[in-house]
Amino acid sequence: MFPSRFDYVAPDTVEEVLATLAQHGDEAKILAGGQSLIPLMKLRFASPGLLVDVNRVPGLGFVEETGEHLRVGTLTRNTELERSALLKSGYPVMADAAPMISDPLVRNRGTIGGSLAHADPAGDWGSVMLALGAEVVIKSSTDERTIPVSELLVNTFTTSLDPTEMITEIRVPKTPARSGGSYLKMERRVGDFATVATAVHLTLDNGTIKRAGIGLTAVGSKNLQASAAEDALAGAEPTAEAFEEAARLAAEASSPSSDVRGSAEYKKAMVRTFVRRGLDKALELARG
Amino acid sequence: MEIALRVNGQERTGDIEPRRLLIHFIRGDLGLTGSHVGCDTTSCGACTVLLDGSPVKSCTLFAVQANGSEIKTVEGLMQDGELDPIQAAFKEEHGLQCGFCTPGMMLTAAELLDRNPSPSEDDIRWALSGNICRCTGYVNIVKAVQAAAPAKSEPVATGSEA
Ligand SMILES: Cc1cc2nc3c(=O)[nH]c(=O)nc-3n(C[C@H](O)[C@H](O)[C@H](O)COP(=O)(O)OP(=O)(O)OC[C@H]3O[C@@H](n4cnc5c(N)ncnc54)[C@H](O)[C@@H]3O)c2cc1C
Ligand code: FES
Ligand code: FES
Repeated sequence: MFPSRFDYVAPDTVEEVLATLAQHGDEAKILAGGQSLIPLMKLRFASPGLLVDVNRVPGLGFVEETGEHLRVGTLTRNTELERSALLKSGYPVMADAAPMISDPLVRNRGTIGGSLAHADPAGDWGSVMLALGAEVVIKSSTDERTIPVSELLVNTFTTSLDPTEMITEIRVPKTPARSGGSYLKMERRVGDFATVATAVHLTLDNGTIKRAGIGLTAVGSKNLQASAAEDALAGAEPTAEAFEEAARLAAEASSPSSDVRGSAEYKKAMVRTFVRRGLDKALELARG
Repeated sequence: MEIALRVNGQERTGDIEPRRLLIHFIRGDLGLTGSHVGCDTTSCGACTVLLDGSPVKSCTLFAVQANGSEIKTVEGLMQDGELDPIQAAFKEEHGLQCGFCTPGMMLTAAELLDRNPSPSEDDIRWALSGNICRCTGYVNIVKAVQAAAPAKSEPVATGSEA
């Protein structure tokens, strides 16, 4: 298989990338890791007229803490995230998720920004970022804006990005000392997309829950934020009853469909079980 | 589009359409047929090559993306008429049957051993989890990688920590 014809440019600055996007509009597509876009092009589900390869732009791959945020460059490969000591120590929900994404060869290419821009409801990073309350920095040739990931992900394979825009980095609020998280994913085999996966992040304050973030993978038309469950937990004591109720609310918020990976009913039940387990694990980490 | 890259230490050039996949460039234009096309859908790893040292699926990369890069294919493992330790170990431990997955397996394993000279069985199975074998059941592949590990002369520091 091979794609239909396209033109190819590989600029070496963000400014050039943005100028090219401004000129070509929706004829052009950014090529990041290519691990979603190239398969789609080979199947001719996507036929962009121009590929703008951003892999030659220096400085788009990094993981660092500055001020209030963990900053992750859009082109940071999943392998780098999997091996990051910073994520292992401070961002367990990210450290859990990274090694569960695709397989080692695909992780060597696939990027966090590409995953968010692809907006696959079965993609893992979207749910993780929803749980953490993360934002994306978006640039165009004329503008720069920062929006929450919840406003980026609109629908299946649909984001609020304009064709002239590019994600440049992801900003995750720094996790305080008394916080913890987990990503639980059910997959049929290595490299498979999730049957169901759940991202949980908890912050404690004097023994009560200050903030709870819950994201759900592969159980709706996009990565879902379980807002009712989050609200029920905020300010509550982290008791078994509170977790049970939050898990029930999260399952209620999910709308999976039946497919080869399982029935809708089964997936809903798994959301409940995973959110419950994920909260337990997050609490254990938060208590240190 | 004209490209120039190093393949197995040799300077190579090509004049290709941007849509030419790296695997087709390697097999068709360069005549290096050791890298295989299995699934053609980014699932099996038969097309694995090392791109600037890191194992990638060459069915899911355009050749133009490799412009200026260093590629290693299975043909580049043997040095001065000597099998690479990983090749010798696959032979010795019967790490292959039909051999279709073997070039990809060996390249992925070679990169693992560069990063981690004494991997555990889990490390090996984890690193090879994107390379699928229909024949062996993996047991002898794991054995081969274990056998090759001490044969690597220069231990290199473990993984890059971001
Ligand atoms: C076998 C296999 C298994 C996989 N399993 C999983 C899995 O379990 N979980 C999971 O989450 N993913 C999985 N993936 C998807 C993989 O992680 C992709 O790499 C990822 O979703 C897309 O990232 P990319 O960098 O490859 O993006 P690309 O394929 O390069 O791009 C994807 C889309 O995003 C756009 N884009 C890329 N970067 C930007 C940017 N900076 N700004 C604006 N738009 C941009 C592109 O134009 C394109 O439309 C799998 C893929 C394969 C092939
Ligand atoms: S042929 Fe490339 S992954 Fe199967
Ligand atoms: S030896 Fe036949 S596929 Fe692995």
